[in-house]
Amino acid sequence: MNTVSNNHLGHLEAEAIYILREVAAECAKPVMLYSIGKDSSVMLHLAMKAFYPEKPPFPFMHIDTTWKFREMIEFRDRKASELGIEMLIDTNDKGVADNINPFDHGSAYTDIMKTEALKEALDKYGFNVAFGGARRDEEKSRAKERIFSFRNASHAWDPKNQRPEMWKLFNTRINPNESIRVFPISNWTEKDIWQYIKRENIEIVPLYFAKERPVVERDGNIIMVDDDRFHLNPNEKPEMRKVRFRTLGCYPLTGGCESDAETLDEIISETLTTRSSERTTRVIDHEAASSMEMRKKEGYF
Amino acid sequence: MTTMLRFIACGSVDDGKSTLIGRMLYDSKQIYIDQEQALIKDSKQGSRGGDIDFALLLDGLSAEREQGITIDVAYRYFSTDRRSFIVADTPGHEQYTRNMAVGASCADLALILVDAMNGVMVQTKRHSRICSLMGIKHIVLVINKMDLIEYDKGRFEDISQDYLNFASNLGFDSIEVIPVSATDGVNIVEKSLHTSWYKGDSLLKYLEEIDITTQSSTNGFLMPVQRVSRPDSNFRGFQGQIESGSVAVGDEVGVLPGSEKAKIKSIISGFENIDCAIAGQAVNITLDREVDISRGSVLIKNSQPAVADLFTATILWMDDASMIAGRSYFLKIGTKQIAATIIKVKHKVDINSGSKMSADSIIKNEIAVCDIALSEKIVFDKYISNKTLGAFILIDRVSNMTSACGVIEHQLDRSDNITWQKTDITKADRLKQKGQKSLTLWFTGLSGSGKSSLANEVEKKLVAMGKHTMLLDGDNIRHGLSRNLGFKEGDRVENIRRIAEVSKLMNNAGLIVLTAFISPFEKDRQAAKEIIGDDFFEIYLSTPIEECEKRDVKGLYKKARAGVVANFTGVSSPYEEPSNPDITIDTSENNLSTSTSMVVSKILDLIE
Repeated sequence: MNTVSNNHLGHLEAEAIYILREVAAECAKPVMLYSIGKDSSVMLHLAMKAFYPEKPPFPFMHIDTTWKFREMIEFRDRKASELGIEMLIDTNDKGVADNINPFDHGSAYTDIMKTEALKEALDKYGFNVAFGGARRDEEKSRAKERIFSFRNASHAWDPKNQRPEMWKLFNTRINPNESIRVFPISNWTEKDIWQYIKRENIEIVPLYFAKERPVVERDGNIIMVDDDRFHLNPNEKPEMRKVRFRTLGCYPLTGGCESDAETLDEIISETLTTRSSERTTRVIDHEAASSMEMRKKEGYF
Repeated sequence: MTTMLRFIACGSVDDGKSTLIGRMLYDSKQIYIDQEQALIKDSKQGSRGGDIDFALLLDGLSAEREQGITIDVAYRYFSTDRRSFIVADTPGHEQYTRNMAVGASCADLALILVDAMNGVMVQTKRHSRICSLMGIKHIVLVINKMDLIEYDKGRFEDISQDYLNFASNLGFDSIEVIPVSATDGVNIVEKSLHTSWYKGDSLLKYLEEIDITTQSSTNGFLMPVQRVSRPDSNFRGFQGQIESGSVAVGDEVGVLPGSEKAKIKSIISGFENIDCAIAGQAVNITLDREVDISRGSVLIKNSQPAVADLFTATILWMDDASMIAGRSYFLKIGTKQIAATIIKVKHKVDINSGSKMSADSIIKNEIAVCDIALSEKIVFDKYISNKTLGAFILIDRVSNMTSACGVIEHQLDRSDNITWQKTDITKADRLKQKGQKSLTLWFTGLSGSGKSSLANEVEKKLVAMGKHTMLLDGDNIRHGLSRNLGFKEGDRVENIRRIAEVSKLMNNAGLIVLTAFISPFEKDRQAAKEIIGDDFFEIYLSTPIEECEKRDVKGLYKKARAGVVANFTGVSSPYEEPSNPDITIDTSENNLSTSTSMVVSKILDLIE
């Protein structure tokens, strides 16, 4: 018999929906973080599915660093209005006033415009549970993290003292000032994400598909010149190359890859045969072996 | 369509679990180039020589890499043409046993590693017992480091026999034994000539082929309700995951606890209406009529789980704070969360021999069989027949820690034999007759903080106002009701429980109760509040210890300082301040008559 348990994607979907509903039923102030990428698109889709015909009983929030690809912002605004969901947009205004940017400030940029901005936004609205679309196959400290990841009053993760997470009995009890990051698609892989996007016909930002785009090559990364704020070095000149993006973030920190994959099927077949991980396209991740773990201890996702 | 297998790697410290999984990923080409480059680079930095250290693929925390050990579970995902796998690599150290249990709770199969040099160890046995407890049916005993014993067949057979003897009564359906060398990649993905005497499959081939489908024991339909969805007044849907069986539109289902029935009007799965749904599916169900259903209710058809408030369970304690019989915890089972008390530890289980040991308290990493009482009747089942309704966790009321996990062995019958006898005269009648409302004034604070004196004055005032009261004093109760209790933590918990139950009875009799007990622990006061309910009113005497010790009315501080009285609150045992008392009074700053007025004016509205 074709049961859900012997259908890999069906099993992952049911698990994620179960988690979304547990939080909605037990927690007072949840929010879903929305970063516009493919994993966020899957999360949004799962949230719509989990509660239908009701709308998701929590708002969505995008931490806007002001350096996202323009196509991402257009996509975000259109999706929110099409689906009729509440989309909060929050930016670290002080960072903007100080002109903190990815060209001049390196890892301080991520700390200020992403980590600090996120912590401040969560505190401002009083959200004590935040859904995120992180997956355990992304990085090896994430592979160690529970689906319900508890954070202290300063949003920090304590990897050496994680609460046991037994069966699907999630303990959502927290003390005032503590919070939880919840990752419903922890057990999904990049391949699962693409296959699910295909199965469910989920719309994603066009940047994932290969197209001629203006790029420069820097330290082995192919970076798209998305607007005139880009700091070109004297010898750099944008050239048109056929590229696509495996992950999406701030455009100056996101490496593209040369590709001819213009359809979902082509992307899936590329994903199945690639020999490099998607993290290689994130400029911030290879700074140190444990840079992700350090960021998470500071309150990053 | 590929099937999924969830398995764990467990066993004693340094038996090579992380190395084995790392090697399996590496040899089956599941590692990206950038990860491989990082692995080679990190291996060179490590202290284990220049060879590739496959464990570094799994040990993702900096503390793990520093110490060369595994602290918490790592999940890895890989697939072959035949199957997709989720593997949980678990820690071997005893202190991290609970993290191993986390991995085991979701696994279909366990690889139990044994170091060929050491053979079966205590941790091998502990992990096997936890696998058995969690209902894992399939075991692969992986005898690792065969290279270090020159692939000796005799040694391999001795260890196999040792383990099979040990595990014979743990209820496993299959135990396969495979000789490997994780560092050399022997019999992991490909079979090796080193072990020509070994006739079985390589580990990966075995994992690809093993049949883990369980004989479905004609399970009927069962769905715990996660959430009631009411987007508007026309729609009332019950969201949940079908845990067993199937259901179709038009079927009549029962609602537990209770005896109500209704017919399925519609089943929504995702964005679609469907006619029928099966186990594993997340659905949203509507019924043909209004029935009292909330989170924690269970919809059933052709199945009959228990509805009761008492059961026997095997638990694994996971908290640094040890378990105390009589203390109240939150219990979560399925989608229901309620107050629960471990009323009796029947016995602990010896990890080595499996024999029963008597105990009244349990510490971290111990397994015990206990009787657990719940504050109301809930729906549950034996774990062996129903994993979802047979598994639970216990949550500490103050720290919110997941203190224990457990599986239900069987229902206990007290609750069915003792029913609540209804009486014609109710609490409301008794209150009306006395012309007052009931209340329990719970005075808490250090010895000498003024509890008894203040309670005494407040009672006098209330009686003068024409109220009907009763004062329960700590010392007096210990002369009678609690005469058989000492001052150990477990005895104190029981003492407070008795006082709370008596207070509740007296409140039901229509009386205003005043209790004067140190009651130093927040958990116990919360438990008392749980028993007494809305009548509970907490008065915290915050008089500083220096002042209390100066007063030393009964000379007890002097004795405690001299070591003559043990477990004395404030001296040799802690006092936890109430987090949210109804009123706080420092009797070093307020004299008796002011303090009395403060209390009386605050409760006036509650008792009139």
